[in-house]
Amino acid sequence: MTGTSPDLTRWSATDLAAALAVGEVSAVEVTRAHLDRIAAVDPEVHAFLHVGADGALAAARAVDDARAAGRPLGPLAGVPVAVKDVVTTQGLPTTAGSRILAGWVPPYDATLVTRLRAGGLVLLGKTNMDEFAMGSSTEHSAYGPTHNPWDLERIPGGSGGGSAAAVAAFEAPLAIGTDTGGSIRQPAAVTGTVGVKPTYGGVSRYGLIALASSLDQAGPCARSVLDAAALHEVIGGHDPRDSTSIDAPAPAAVEAARRADVRGLRIGVVRELGGDGYQAGVRTRFDESVQLLVDAGAEVVEVSCPSFEYALAAYYLILPSEASSNLARFDAMRYGLRVVPDGVDAPTAEQVMAATRDAGFGDEVKRRIILGTYALSSGYYDAYYGQAQKVRTLIARDFEAAFGRVDVLMSPTTPTTAFRLGEKLDDPVAMYLSDVATIPANLAGIPGMSLPAGLADEDGLPVGVQLLAPATHDARLYGVGAALEAMLLERWGGPLLDRAPALPTTAPTREGVA
Amino acid sequence: MAALTRDDVAHLCGLARIAATDTELDRLSGQLGVILDAVAGAGEVAPADVPPMSHPLPLTNVTRPDVLRPGLTPEQALAGAPASEQQRFRVPRILEQD
Repeated sequence: MTGTSPDLTRWSATDLAAALAVGEVSAVEVTRAHLDRIAAVDPEVHAFLHVGADGALAAARAVDDARAAGRPLGPLAGVPVAVKDVVTTQGLPTTAGSRILAGWVPPYDATLVTRLRAGGLVLLGKTNMDEFAMGSSTEHSAYGPTHNPWDLERIPGGSGGGSAAAVAAFEAPLAIGTDTGGSIRQPAAVTGTVGVKPTYGGVSRYGLIALASSLDQAGPCARSVLDAAALHEVIGGHDPRDSTSIDAPAPAAVEAARRADVRGLRIGVVRELGGDGYQAGVRTRFDESVQLLVDAGAEVVEVSCPSFEYALAAYYLILPSEASSNLARFDAMRYGLRVVPDGVDAPTAEQVMAATRDAGFGDEVKRRIILGTYALSSGYYDAYYGQAQKVRTLIARDFEAAFGRVDVLMSPTTPTTAFRLGEKLDDPVAMYLSDVATIPANLAGIPGMSLPAGLADEDGLPVGVQLLAPATHDARLYGVGAALEAMLLERWGGPLLDRAPALPTTAPTREGVA
Repeated sequence: MAALTRDDVAHLCGLARIAATDTELDRLSGQLGVILDAVAGAGEVAPADVPPMSHPLPLTNVTRPDVLRPGLTPEQALAGAPASEQQRFRVPRILEQD
């Protein structure tokens, strides 16, 4: 089945791949269409920090040439993809949303980028994010926030708001995100898109600028479960360059998404991730999704994970601790910004480093580095970091007990729909609560998916439903996700994103802009 | 748990090599206090016999054959450096003057 819209940017990645494979469209045409769309809508959306038009067209041409020559190509060859700016890309600037890395062009590709390129995917550019992936709204980007395509006055989620918005605004059919506490799933939820955090170790972390090494995981962003599955298969699987990479192939995600069967499946609704504190429209849409799965033959039970209550607190001790160590590498010596302090003759390396880090890091990054430095300092280590690690064990045990009874867990992805830009910027703790339902999966290392469940009645904004599976059982998410998605599409009479308002467009620059 | 004073935050900024200004110290001290209050609860939950979890999956040491692989060229390695000289990173002085 190929796409029916005359506008190639409305096509799914799967449809584009099928049309490309039979020569119905060329990779250059597909790439041009997306570059034009970016030029038209990104001045308002600001999903991209950098667009590599020339490189993208050259890569597309290479795919077209290879196809014409009859060379074997990957299943997504010629399909464009946007990459979160925390992932290193040789020849394309990589800033992680930070002033300290402004203009840095990495000398190497992340393993997942190597796999994208080898698979013939066309890199359109780098997407906006909260600085070093610290945030839930992209407002902590040093380069200005991304705007939610559903309502430009609202946040697109974070930290991967740029990737989610790029996909939701039809600027790219696919994008790469990273998820340390929900940075793929929460943006997916608030933009009406699909995002998957694979099992920890399922996608190589080589070339990811590290936030919290025991939590970070890269994964796919897309507009459908099947598209996410196809991208997951391209980037997943063992990488000898990442010592925490699982020595196993990528999950059979596409097969699971195509089968989309939930009959006889046991699904657990997590009591602690719902109820009070969750917006009414979020709860309504979530309950509907649960009922659809029951109607389709799944057995749904409520499960309790009592330690989840402390997940957020444990996370905000563990993450800053790891981040404060990881971000020590930004020392103004080998790459990135160097700022010489004012009024100091012949400053020392240490003074230069301190001046650079003060000028180069934003407030949220400083808050977390200082918090992490505190939590790891002598005399407090046991009380903070040590205790948080024990809570982590309790959370993993809760999951273990739950997955002894059910195959998949379910919850709303976020407590609310997209909030207004600026609304939580000065209240860090309120911002942190956006990730209350997504954080437990990162602490335990299990895979999670967010997919659209509909629009909340009170504000007409997208609601996400989260699915969680045991470690290495990522394929289960795609099976359940695709089944639920199919039932919801039938109910809606088409994709949810068809209901998003048309975006204001800027005339193409080649005509000259007034 | 003791609350974080402004002096504590100044000390931590020193440890973290962040030359925070006075205004920043005022702002950060207040915010960090609120955050710390919100997360302190994690400290009193787990019974003493619960083992700490540092990593989601069991870690085993990973080895590989000791063979040469291509790496970065000196030009590539220095490409992002704020300053370089004679194929080396050029850095400010590292010792205090006497």
